[in-house]
Formats: sequence, structure tokens, C-alpha cells
Amino acid sequence: MSDQSSQAEIVRNSLKRRYRKERRFRLYGMVAIFIALGSLFILFADIIGKGHTGFIKTTITLDVTLDSEMMYLDDPTDEDQRSMADFVAPIIDALQDHIPEAETAAEKRELGRLVGNYAASEVRDLLENNPDLLNTTQTIEFLAHDRVSTYVKHAGNPRYSIKLSEQQQRWVDELVEKGVIDTSFNDVLFSRGDSREPSNAGILGAIVGSLLTMLVTLAIAFPVGIAAAVYLEEFAPQNKFTDFIEVNINNLAAVPSIIFGLLGLAVFIGLFGMPRSVPVVGGMVLALMTLPTIIISSRAAIKSVPPSIREAAEGVGASKMQVVLHHVIPLAMPGMLTGTIIGMAQALGETAPLLLIGMVAFIVDVPTGFFDSATVLPVQIYLWASSSEQGFIELASAAIMVLLTFMISMNALAIWLRKRLERRW
Amino acid sequence: MQTANLLPLVLVLAVVAYGLAYMRSRAVAAPLGGIRNLKALPFYYAARAALWCAIPALIVLAAWAGFEGKIIQGIVIASLPQETWPESAGEASLILSQISNVAAGKLNPEFVPEHIAGAASLLENLESQSRNFKAILVILIAILGAAFAWTRVAPHINARKNVETTLRRIFFVCAALAVLTTAGIVFSVIFETVRFFNRVPLSEFLFGTTWSPQTALRADQVGAEGAFGVIPLFTGTLLISAIALLVAVPVGLLSAIYLSEYASRRVRSTAKPVLEMLAGIPTVVYGFFAALTVAPFIRDLAEMVGLEASSQSALAAGLVMGIMIVPFVSSLSDDVINAVPQTMRDGSLALGATQSETMKKVIFPAALPGIIGGILLAASRAIGETMIVVMAAGLAANLTANPLESVTTVTVQIATLLVGDQEFDSAKTLSAFALGMLLFIVTLLLNVVALKIVRKYREQYE
Repeated sequence: MSDQSSQAEIVRNSLKRRYRKERRFRLYGMVAIFIALGSLFILFADIIGKGHTGFIKTTITLDVTLDSEMMYLDDPTDEDQRSMADFVAPIIDALQDHIPEAETAAEKRELGRLVGNYAASEVRDLLENNPDLLNTTQTIEFLAHDRVSTYVKHAGNPRYSIKLSEQQQRWVDELVEKGVIDTSFNDVLFSRGDSREPSNAGILGAIVGSLLTMLVTLAIAFPVGIAAAVYLEEFAPQNKFTDFIEVNINNLAAVPSIIFGLLGLAVFIGLFGMPRSVPVVGGMVLALMTLPTIIISSRAAIKSVPPSIREAAEGVGASKMQVVLHHVIPLAMPGMLTGTIIGMAQALGETAPLLLIGMVAFIVDVPTGFFDSATVLPVQIYLWASSSEQGFIELASAAIMVLLTFMISMNALAIWLRKRLERRW
Repeated sequence: MQTANLLPLVLVLAVVAYGLAYMRSRAVAAPLGGIRNLKALPFYYAARAALWCAIPALIVLAAWAGFEGKIIQGIVIASLPQETWPESAGEASLILSQISNVAAGKLNPEFVPEHIAGAASLLENLESQSRNFKAILVILIAILGAAFAWTRVAPHINARKNVETTLRRIFFVCAALAVLTTAGIVFSVIFETVRFFNRVPLSEFLFGTTWSPQTALRADQVGAEGAFGVIPLFTGTLLISAIALLVAVPVGLLSAIYLSEYASRRVRSTAKPVLEMLAGIPTVVYGFFAALTVAPFIRDLAEMVGLEASSQSALAAGLVMGIMIVPFVSSLSDDVINAVPQTMRDGSLALGATQSETMKKVIFPAALPGIIGGILLAASRAIGETMIVVMAAGLAANLTANPLESVTTVTVQIATLLVGDQEFDSAKTLSAFALGMLLFIVTLLLNVVALKIVRKYREQYE
């Protein structure tokens, strides 16, 4: 009796301590979740903070008098003359209208550096295509130089170093006030390929490259993945070789992606002599990489089709293949599609194997076919992130936002498909 | 004709064969009194014709396209005068690119030695011949296949069986592709690795403590051989993976426990998918975050407390990688914790244990093997991760355990050695394949062990 009451005493006395422990344990769990979700939040905030200015371009709008004497150009259709002509002079002249204080040659040169490096070729192309514009005054919107752009967007931000001289800063302030320098939505980002100049660089080339690569991946991985899943679930005999195939698929799902790059390099490029840095090879490598994901999820989808359906079809005389083609695959299709979309989203974000097969080249032109040299969005991000120029870091963050938008919408599509189409038996 | 144009052509031929065979089967059936007197539906006769038309032609096309380049190169090299034969693979690729440049008109034939110009015209000749032969052969095979199928449209032949057997074989080939991929990986690394170990002894590779894969331009240069000791790479990889696991295991495990035991249904249904998002973010994004935000932050922080930190520290890469693998740990732990039978939980609670005591003393020990399996899988993911370390960990092969210094990893070296222009046949390039082999073996072992543990654990409670 006394023994029992003393035991109860011990328990009662320890209760406080145990409840405290319980609360502490619970707190640890909450802290862990907080750390994980907080990191995600910081990651997004950091990228949006760095990248939102990438969607803004800085332009200088000038009334340029295309004076033939100033440019040393009488005939814009003559290629020799064009190559000798001075297309910068009219731009500087137009700037001088706004900044009359720049008079010496050195000051004029400084003034000319406010517009981007491609401004002169913009004037040249304009005249080449419209020779009648010679000796007229045109309102042209130029991209500002990267230094001007950085100054306009980030003056006062200690993370950015301003590389303009004090005089130039004053001029830029004046031009901004007059509305000559303005910022607007960066359509360049979505309409051009890579460039050496951040303000002139875009992700269109990378997006098209990604699209071409993904098409190849989809064309291979989707049918092959489904066929493999159907074979393993419906036809495979119970033997050693089937087990071996299954072990292989499970292991391939966990092989580091860079190993697939080695495979592509050695087999597709080395053995079959395919060209480097083309979407076809990239797509094939990514297809091999995503196949296990697609096979595993397709098998799960096939498994979830109830046996009664199969038995009913067999009962009315369908062959095994007819059962599979007419009933099992259509019923499992939503699940298969979901798995495929998730696999494709994975492939879309993959970088490492593509580095090895040479999709890291600096490519200005937007690719037009499966055998054109191309790069993809994640690789473009990698290239820009490794650049030392601040303008490219901004662009890399903007490109990350575009990439994440693509991936999130693909995953959302997969979730929607699953909710909408998947049947619960 | 180009391969790219032949492919749609073959498909068009297959469609034509389908249509013709379909009409033929109906025509055959008509005098007999309708298609019910055929052994199979017209669709199957037609499908068989399409398969007969397309499959042999496509196989020939693929084989031809895969090997024509190599064979033509071989013939061109063999046609060169004996004294100019290349001595190494590097020289051969140089000569070949010169020849192909001349053939493509990028290089004026007058500027190159006569034998190169001769070889260039031979190359051009062979290529156009190969193109023509390929086109003729492929189209011929397609038509012959279709014609054969046409003759086999007869009421007593069961085309459905043929079609089904063929489809089944195609399905089998697709499944066996996984085996082929593994074989491809093994062979692609094994050949180069063997060649690498012909130059660098295995013992030096495995036990050497310096890694500087520079091959000299001149043979007599200092350090011409380069050093291929993998120890610094391995310690670097382990250091970063260890940091990553130190972050991921507690965070992942505790969040899994909280979500499965404590959280309300609403919290769980929002927190879980958000947590899974961490696994879906591309690694290049993590690399960007590690290199441009976390690494400078750590450097400044270390400077503030008077420590010296490299701008590319192992700590930055490891921390970010840890965040990346949190969902692997948490979702696998979640699975195994949920797999522990509810009776064990109820029994413990009925005896008066608190929830945390039940967790720590009953469920956790029972789930431990599965959790260890999950951690091993996460570790293999960390070891094989490339982009974060390429962008944030640096290239210097320091043999150090200081997380504030920059280290390099196996994957970083593979990527840097193989990106850009490669010298064929140099120990430097080959070493990347040896590293790939090492990485493949290590991750494979980890995966096999982990999967075995997880499976065994599952069986225990089923």
C-alpha cells in the first residue's frame, strides 16, 4: 500500500519535468519546420530582391539628326561606306542638345559612353534598312549603357558599385529629370539571345533551347517509359531478368545526374560522333535521366487500375494486349501524365549533365532546330551567375524567376491533373 | 538525304502502308462475305503492314546514322599517306577537323598540305555517297517490308497475333533500356578509367594526397606529370556532405516527427507540399543562392568574429545543400514513422508515457533502420550533387577539415575537367572518367545498402 502510494508520488513529482520535456520536444519540431520553411522564404526573397530589377530596362530616347556629313556617309546602301562611317557622332550630338556643357572632345566621349555599346550599330541597321532616312531627324530609343543602368536602378545601394564619373552621374541625373532617360519593362530579356552586354542580353535563346531539349526528352521518355512500365506490370514473367531490370531502374533513379553527362559524352558524342552542344543530345541524356521517374510513377498508376476491369475485359474475349491497350493504359493515363510532367519539370531544371555535353557555349543566336548549337535556361543562369558583372547577376536572378515560374506551373498542372482526372476505385 | 528528313518520310510510308493494307484486307474479305471471315480485324492487317514498313527501316537508319561518321573518318584517315598517319587520338582529331573544315569550305584548300586537300575531297565524296546509299537503302527496306506485309494479307493468317507479339517485344526492349543505360554508364567510364590507370597507378590515385591535374605543354616542364591523388577531393566531398547532413538530418527528422505526430491536419496539408518544394527547386538556383548570398554572408560573419573565411567556403555549400536534402530526409522518415503500427503507439500511451516519450523510446527505435536507410539515400544525393558545389565550393584541392576554407569535390572536378575544350587522351581528361567511376561505385553502394535496409524494414511490419 505504502509502496504504491510512494510510486504514485514519484510519478506525480516527475510529471512537471516530463511535461516540460514534452513541450521542449514539440518546440524542437516547430523550430525545425520553421528553419526549413524560413530557408525557402529567404531563398525566394533573396532571388526576387536581386532579380526584380532585371525586368526593368533603362532607355535613352533621343531625337537624332542623321546628318550625312557628320557621319561621313552619303550612301547608306554602300557597304564600304557603312563600314567606315561614324554612327556615334549623331548620337553624341543629340545628347549634347540636352547637356550643352559637354564641349571638349574628352567630355563628348564621356557623354557618348552613356548609351549602350550597340547604339551605333542600331543606327547603322536603321539606315541600312531605310536609306531614305539620311539627313532626317528621327526619335530613336537606345538602350542605356550598363553603368548608367546600374546607376539609375541602384544609386544608393551599397551592394552595387557605381562606375560612372561624378560628371557623368550629374548628366544622368539631369537626363532623368528631363525624361530622356527612362525605365520601362525589359522586353529585351524576352526577345534576344545571350550577349556580352547585360543590357543587351536576353533569355529567348535559352528558353527556345530548353523547349527544343524538352521536346526531345518528352518524345523519347514518355513512350518508352510507359512501354517499360506496361511490360513490367503486365507482361514480365517472374524471373531473374525481370528482377534485374527492376533493380536497374531503382538504382538509375538515384545515380547522380552528372554521371548521365559522362554517359552522353562517351556514348552519344564519343561513340556515335554526334555533335556537341545540340538539343538532340541534351534531350537524349535528359530522357535517360528522367526515364526511371516516369517508369516508377507509371507503374504505380497501372497498379492502381483494379483487377476487376482486366477480368471483365478478358471475360468478353479480349486478348491480353487488348486489355492493356483498350482499358489499362487509358485508365492509368492521368497518373502516367502526372509522373511524366513531374519528370519533365525535373529535367527542365537539370544543369550538370548538360555542362558535360557542351551546352555551355556562349551562343548569341536563337536556335532554330534540333541540331543547332543551343543552351538551356538553367545553364544560362549558371553562365550569368559565374560572370563578374553586376548586370548579369541581376539577369541571372530574373532568369531564375522565369525558370521557377515554368517549374511551378508544370507542377501545378500535375497536381491539377491528379485531382481532376485521377479516379479513386 | 538527311537523316532528319528520312525519319518523317519513313513514317509517311508507314501510314501509306497502313492505308493500303487496310483496303486490301477489306477487298480480300468482300468476296468471302465480310470481314468476319478474316482471322483478324482489318486494323491488325494494316497495323502489321505499318510495323513491317517502319521498324526494319528505322533500325537500319539508326544503325547507319550512328556509325557512318566513325567509318567515314576511319576510311579518310586510312587514305592519308602512311608517313602522315596520326600517332595519337589528339592528333587524329586535329587532322580530321582540318579535313572537315576544308570539306565544308571554311578553309581554303590551297592553304593546306596536298594530302589534306585530297582527303577533304574524299570525305566530301564519301559523305554524299553515304547519304545517297542510306536514303535508297532505307526507302527500299521500307517498301519491301510493306510489300511483304501486303502479300500476307490473307483470311487464314491471324495478323493480330503478329502485331501483339511485336508490340510485346517492343515493350520488352523499352524495359530493357534501363539495363542498357546502366551498361552504357559502366562501359563509358570503364574504358577511359582503364586507360587512365595505365598511366597513373591505382595506388597513387587512391592514396595520393595532392590533386593537380595539370598536364604540361612541354614534356620537360616542372610538374609535367600532374598529381592525381584523390584524397583531397574525397575529404572535400565528405566535409561538404557531412555539413549538409548535419543540417538536413535534425531538421528533416524533427519536421517529419512534428508533422506526423503533433501538427493539425490543416498545418500538415500546407506545410508538407511547401517542404517538398525544396526538393523541386533546381540545383542551379541553390548554387546561385549559396555562391552569391550565403557565402558572402558567412565570410562577413566570420570576419566579424575575427576568423578568416574564404569567399568560397565549404560551409556555404554544405549549408545550402543541407537545406536542399531536408525533404528527402523528412519524407522518407515520415513514411517509416507512419509505417510503425498504431498498436505500438497506443500501447505506450496507455502505459502513461507522454507523446515525446512514446516517440523517443518506442517509435524512433522501431523506425530507426528505415530512418538510417533514408539518411543514406540523402547522403548519396549529397555526394553526387554537382551544381551547388561547382558554384559555391571552389576549385582548390585543399586537404583540410576547416569548413571556412574552400575545398573541392569529386563532382566539381569532373565538371571542370570536361567542360570546354578537352585534350583527348591526356591523363587530365581521362582522370575525370576515373572520378566518375569512383562516384558511381560509391553512390551505387550507398543506394543498394539503403534500399535493402528500407525494404527489409518495410517487410518487418507488413
